[in-house]
Amino acid sequence: MTRLLDVENLTLQFDTDEGRITAVDDVSFTLEAGEVMGLVGESGSGKSVTAKSIMKLNPSNAVYSDQTKITLHLDDGPVEIMGLQTSKELQVVRGGAISMIFQEPMASFAPAITIGDQMVEQLMIHTDMNAKRSKEVSIEMLDRVGISDAGTRFKQYAFELSGGMRQRAMIAMALSTKPKLLIADEPTTALDVTIQAQVIDLMKDLVKDFGMGIVFITHDLGVIAQTADKVAVMYLGRLIEQGAVRDVIRNPSHPYTKGLIAALPSLDDLDTPLTPIPGDIPSPLERPAGCVFNTRCSVNMGEICHAKVPQFSAVTQGHNVACHLFNGEGAK
Amino acid sequence: MTDDVLIKARDLSVHYPLSGGGLFGEKPVVKAVEGVNLDIAKGSFFGLVGESGSGKTTLGRACLKAAPITRGTVEYSDEDVTYELTTMDKAQEKDYRKRSQLIFQDPYAALSPRMTVRDIIAEPLEVMGLTSSREETDERVREIAAKCRLNLEHLRRFPHAFSGGQRQRISIARALVSRPHFVVADESVAALDVSIQADVLNLLKEIQQEMGLTFLFISHDLSVVAHVCDHVAVMYLGRLVETAPTRELFNAPRHPYTKALLSAIPSLDPDAPKTAQKLEGEIPSPTNPPPGCKFQTRCPFATDICRKDEPKLEHSSTGHEVACHHWQELM
Repeated sequence: MTRLLDVENLTLQFDTDEGRITAVDDVSFTLEAGEVMGLVGESGSGKSVTAKSIMKLNPSNAVYSDQTKITLHLDDGPVEIMGLQTSKELQVVRGGAISMIFQEPMASFAPAITIGDQMVEQLMIHTDMNAKRSKEVSIEMLDRVGISDAGTRFKQYAFELSGGMRQRAMIAMALSTKPKLLIADEPTTALDVTIQAQVIDLMKDLVKDFGMGIVFITHDLGVIAQTADKVAVMYLGRLIEQGAVRDVIRNPSHPYTKGLIAALPSLDDLDTPLTPIPGDIPSPLERPAGCVFNTRCSVNMGEICHAKVPQFSAVTQGHNVACHLFNGEGAK
Repeated sequence: MTDDVLIKARDLSVHYPLSGGGLFGEKPVVKAVEGVNLDIAKGSFFGLVGESGSGKTTLGRACLKAAPITRGTVEYSDEDVTYELTTMDKAQEKDYRKRSQLIFQDPYAALSPRMTVRDIIAEPLEVMGLTSSREETDERVREIAAKCRLNLEHLRRFPHAFSGGQRQRISIARALVSRPHFVVADESVAALDVSIQADVLNLLKEIQQEMGLTFLFISHDLSVVAHVCDHVAVMYLGRLVETAPTRELFNAPRHPYTKALLSAIPSLDPDAPKTAQKLEGEIPSPTNPPPGCKFQTRCPFATDICRKDEPKLEHSSTGHEVACHHWQELM
């Protein structure tokens, strides 16, 4: 395995009218080539903002801390993403080495330009293909993602395609530049389950064929279980548990991850009542001191959880959790 | 058993006309709901599932007389009254509005940002003239707010101050304050996070049992339906394809579409065997549905008869009906 991405101490705040709010707090993770990492969390947990940071796609009121370091390892050497400033420099990662798929494919295509023209345009910008070759490659890609009659679809507009078809076209477009890293932000959330299953299968096939790394953002643990190799769970801007997907889902260790799994209606067990996590996610303006989960935690060991931010400790090899239950001083 | 049925729909169809069509040709219509027979038992938590475009929302609204019924009948009968929705007069319709209510999907769009929570919940009472004094209204609002686990001190606040889960509880309180008998909950937890969703589901279930309500719970999420509903109907392209008691449906689905739908749900077990029969293609457009069985374009078992004749709902076991030509061979 070769290292593809290092995210170290990513901290990101937004300047707003109501003050500076912390969206991501000291998040670090790594990704190998050909690996799929699931980034899970509820709304407001900072998962999208984290992923967008990798392409520096956040709005202009975003403030990255000085410690933040994001390194993308390409064939011709590492790229420090925080050091890229002008949009010319950022082209290397935006649409070049990194592609992104969004949740709502209707909003991601320009409505007045044909699918084909949009695909050709980005190939002309990011590769040295000419117009004719770009068109061939685009139609090939549309065909590859299972769009029938690709030649006709190439000339159509986004509104002429159904939801599942649009998401396939989006994937085709994102992959036609052969990116090293694909960021997929809730790519199946807007789709029906039967279409979701098709898109998940497609993405798995493509990872195998192209050997790229994927950061897969979703709130659906079932989707993660079926697609990812490893998983990172976020809550209120902090990473609270990460590890191989089997370890985290079979042996969730953080009270939040446990709660998330218990709250999930499962088809295998219809008798156990659903257990909600009490309370609501606090507003980012009122981040709790100490452990960010302490307002809703069922374990809550008192003072230490309110006073001290828990650091990562290992549950098993490669499975880490940030909770005082597992930290030296708090551990039983 | 017929006495225990609250909503009885027979051959219910809702068609929407489309613009266009030739000068002499027939005007094209979308058959959003076509020939549905449905019995919702009193006091049941009835689930209606299907993919987008299957007509589940339209069917729910037709049961509330909030969608134009093109053909067929819907009969509502509780202890006091029996109404035929297609022929009832204005006074009856007004009364039916008190007896039936709708909870919406998006708690952010459903609540007026300019009204306090108290006013939002009290509005149905005032509009329908159900209370005679402000004190009585306040009393009813407080009672229902407490039932929906809303903090009574929050009644003076505006909706923007609340999270998604709290807002959905406010919507529920507003729907229930008129003490309806029949409530349609249209994707009422779809916009909520998992940890909050469980809380709202438990609340709905609790209130349903406490107040003896009948729920029509519309959802695209089969796992949610499996957990809260006691009877489920599956829709595809405007038709009911299968209806059964929840456990029966999930343990022994008969229709190939229901089977495919169940196997498409991603399992939490990363090593779950891939027995899934994956569906190819997508739901056809309701403006141009295929002839015969509506599912034949995606069904792996379709034969000539499926392409010619539309299957009717057949009895398979107690309370379990399926509309498929081949369900017996596929068992």
